[in-house]
Amino acid sequence: MFAFIISRLLQALPVMLTVALLSFAMFAYVGDPVAIMLGQDYTIAQRDQLIADLGLNQPFFVQFAKFVVNAAQGEFGLSYRLSRPVAQLIVERAPATLELALCAAILALAIGVPMGVYTGLYRNSWLSRFFLTFSLIGVSLPTFLIGILLILTFSVWLGWLPSFGRGDTVNLGWWSTGLLTWSGIKALILPSITLGLFQLTLIMRLVRAEMMEVLRTDYIKFARARGLTNRAVHFGHALKNTLVPVITITGLQLGAIIAFAIVTETVFQWPGMGLLFIQSVSVADIPVMSAYLLLIALMFVTINLIVDLLYYAVDPRLRIGRGKGAH
Amino acid sequence: MTAPLLEVRNLRVEFPTRRGTLVALDDVSFSIAHGEVLGVVGESGAGKSMTGAAIIGLLEPPGRIAGGQILLNGRRIDNLPYSELRKLRGREIGAIFQDPLTTLNPLYTVGQQLIETMVTHLPLNPAQARAKAIEWLELVGIPAASQRIDSYPHEFSGGMRQRVVIALALCAEPKLIVADEPTTALDVSIQAQVISLLKSLARDKGTSMMLVTHDMGVIAETADRVAVMYAGRIVEVGAVRNVVQQAAHPYSAGLMGSIPPVGRRLERLQQIDGSMPRLSAIPPGCPYNPRCPHAFDRCFVERPELMPAKDNLAACWLYAEQGVPRHA
Ligand SMILES: Nc1ncnc2c1ncn2[C@@H]1O[C@H](COP(=O)(O)OP(=O)(O)OP(=O)(O)O)[C@@H](O)[C@H]1O
Ligand code: SF4
Ligand SMILES: [Mg+2]
Repeated sequence: MFAFIISRLLQALPVMLTVALLSFAMFAYVGDPVAIMLGQDYTIAQRDQLIADLGLNQPFFVQFAKFVVNAAQGEFGLSYRLSRPVAQLIVERAPATLELALCAAILALAIGVPMGVYTGLYRNSWLSRFFLTFSLIGVSLPTFLIGILLILTFSVWLGWLPSFGRGDTVNLGWWSTGLLTWSGIKALILPSITLGLFQLTLIMRLVRAEMMEVLRTDYIKFARARGLTNRAVHFGHALKNTLVPVITITGLQLGAIIAFAIVTETVFQWPGMGLLFIQSVSVADIPVMSAYLLLIALMFVTINLIVDLLYYAVDPRLRIGRGKGAH
Repeated sequence: MTAPLLEVRNLRVEFPTRRGTLVALDDVSFSIAHGEVLGVVGESGAGKSMTGAAIIGLLEPPGRIAGGQILLNGRRIDNLPYSELRKLRGREIGAIFQDPLTTLNPLYTVGQQLIETMVTHLPLNPAQARAKAIEWLELVGIPAASQRIDSYPHEFSGGMRQRVVIALALCAEPKLIVADEPTTALDVSIQAQVISLLKSLARDKGTSMMLVTHDMGVIAETADRVAVMYAGRIVEVGAVRNVVQQAAHPYSAGLMGSIPPVGRRLERLQQIDGSMPRLSAIPPGCPYNPRCPHAFDRCFVERPELMPAKDNLAACWLYAEQGVPRHA
C-alpha cells in the first residue's frame, strides 16, 4: 500500500516537471519582465543590474533549477500587476475557489448519482425521459450562458439571490469561508449550479449507462434469483459495481471543475483563483499565470492519486492482485 | 396420489418483437414430484433455459408468460405480483446458473453473499447466519471454510465457485432447484464431482430438481425422468431408462443415437442432420417434420400433442393408435 503510493508519486514527478518547464518557459520567454519592472525611464546600467538580480543572464538550466526549487517552496516572486508575493495572492484566493468547486462537485454527485440510478432502472418512465432531455440541455449549453440565464432569472427577475461576489465571509485562520454566513451561502448557490451542471449531467449519464450494463450481468440475475429485495439488488449489488468508472470520471471532473471555475468565476465576479488568473492574463502577469498553471497540475495529480486509492478500496480484485504483485 | 411439487400446465411464453410475436414456449406441460429429479434435454435454443426462467419468474423483458399456469404445491405462482414472487425465489425455488465465473458478485465476499441470502429469507441474526454460512461452505466441500468465508469469488477456482453457487442456491432451503447446465462451463475433470455433490445434497435435503444439461451421462445417473424439448415444446417425457434406451419420438431417438452401441454408455447427444427452425419459421404441423425420417401426410397438417408412446409420452403421430409405432 505504502509502496504503491510512493510509486504513484514518483510517476507524478515527470508530469509536474513538464508543467514546470512550460510555466518556466512562459516566465522566461513571454513578455519582458525587465521592461515591465523598470517602467519608462531607465539607464542601461540599471537594466543590466536588474537582469543580474533576477538571474536572467544565467544559463537556461540554472534558471530552471532555481525556478523549480523556488516553486517547490511556494516562491513565485512578485505579481507584476499587484506587486505582492504571488503565493500570498493565491492563498488568499484559494478558499473561494475550493469552496465553490466542492459545492459544485457535491451538487453534481448528490443529484447526478440518484438521477442516473433512477433513469437506469426505469428507462421508459416519463420522469426518466424528462431527466434525459434536461441532461441534454446541461451538456449542450455553454457554462457562461447558464450562468447568465440563472442570474437573469434568480437575481434580476426574482431578486432572490445575489448575482456577484461571495457575500459575507468569516476568517478561520487564513481560510476565509462563506459557508458560515447566510449571505455567503446564498451567494454560493448560483455559481455552484452553474459550475456543477455539466458535471451533474455527465455523472447522471455515466451512472445510467453503467447501471444498464450491470443490470444485464449474471450476478444481478442470480441476486434476483436468490430472492434479494429490489433495494439490495439495485443499491447494493448493482450500484456498487458501477462505482469504479463513476469514481474515475468524478475524480477527473473534480479537477476539471477547479480548472474551469475560471468561466464561472468571471461571470459571477467570484473572488477566486480563476478570476485572479483571468485578470492576470489580460495584463500578462506571468508569475501569477505560471503559479496557477502549476497549482492546477498539482491538483490533477493529487486527485488522480486519490482516485487510485479509492479503486483500491472499492474493488477487492485490485487489492489481491496488487498484494500478490508486491511479493 | 400426492400432488406434485411443481406443475406446469400449457405454458406459453411470447416475445413481442417489431416483426410480430415470437412464441418461445408453446403448450409446455410437465410436473416434478417431491424429491424427484427431472432432466431436461434438447438442442440449443429449444427453450430449456426459458422454461427455467419462467418458473422462477425471471423472464427477460419483453418476454412474458402469455398463457398456461405454473403451480407450486398447488398454488399458482405465474400470476403473483413481483414482491410475492421475490419471496419465493431462493426460499421455495433455488436457481443454479451455468457460469460460476459470472454468477457471483465480484465485490462481495462469498460469506456476505451467503449471509444476505439467508437473512433475507430465514429468521436468523447475522451471527447465526455466519455460522450457518460456514456450515454450508463445509457441506459443499470448500476446504478451510471458516477462513474462506471471507474470501472474494475471484480467489476461488471455477469448480469451487460453482460449489459456492450451489451453497447459495440451497442455503435458504428451497424445495425445488432449477439447475441450468450447472457443469457445462466447468473443467471436464471436475464436472462429475460437482454433479455428484448436487445430487447427494438434493437427496439428503429431499429437494426436487429440474436439471438442464447436454450430458446424457449426467442425465442417466442423476435424473428420475427426462423431458426432451424441441422448438419450444416438449416432444417426449418419460422415465430415464425408457427415454435413453428406447426413445419413442424420432427426435429423441436421434438425440440418443437410434441404436446405442451395446455395452457402451452413451455420453453425448448425437448430431442430427439439419437444424432446429428459428422461432419465426416453425413449420405447420409437427415442428420436427423437415428433419424427420418417418414424416408422413398427417405430420404436415396437424400438430401432435403428447400421447402415450411405448412406455413414455411423445408428441408424434406415429403413436396415434394406442402407443404402437405405425410402421414398427
Ligand atoms: N430476448 C429474446 N427475444 C427473442 N427471442 C429470444 C430471446 N431470448 C431467447 N430467445 C429465443 O428463445 C429460444 C429459447 O432459448 P433458450 O435460451 O431457452 O434455449 P436453450 O434450450 O436454453 O438453449 P441452450 O442449450 O443454448 O442454452 C431461442 O430460440 C432463443 O432464440
Ligand atoms: S409427428 Fe411425424 S414428423 Fe413429427 S416426429 Fe412424428 S413422425 Fe416425425
Ligand atoms: Mg440455455
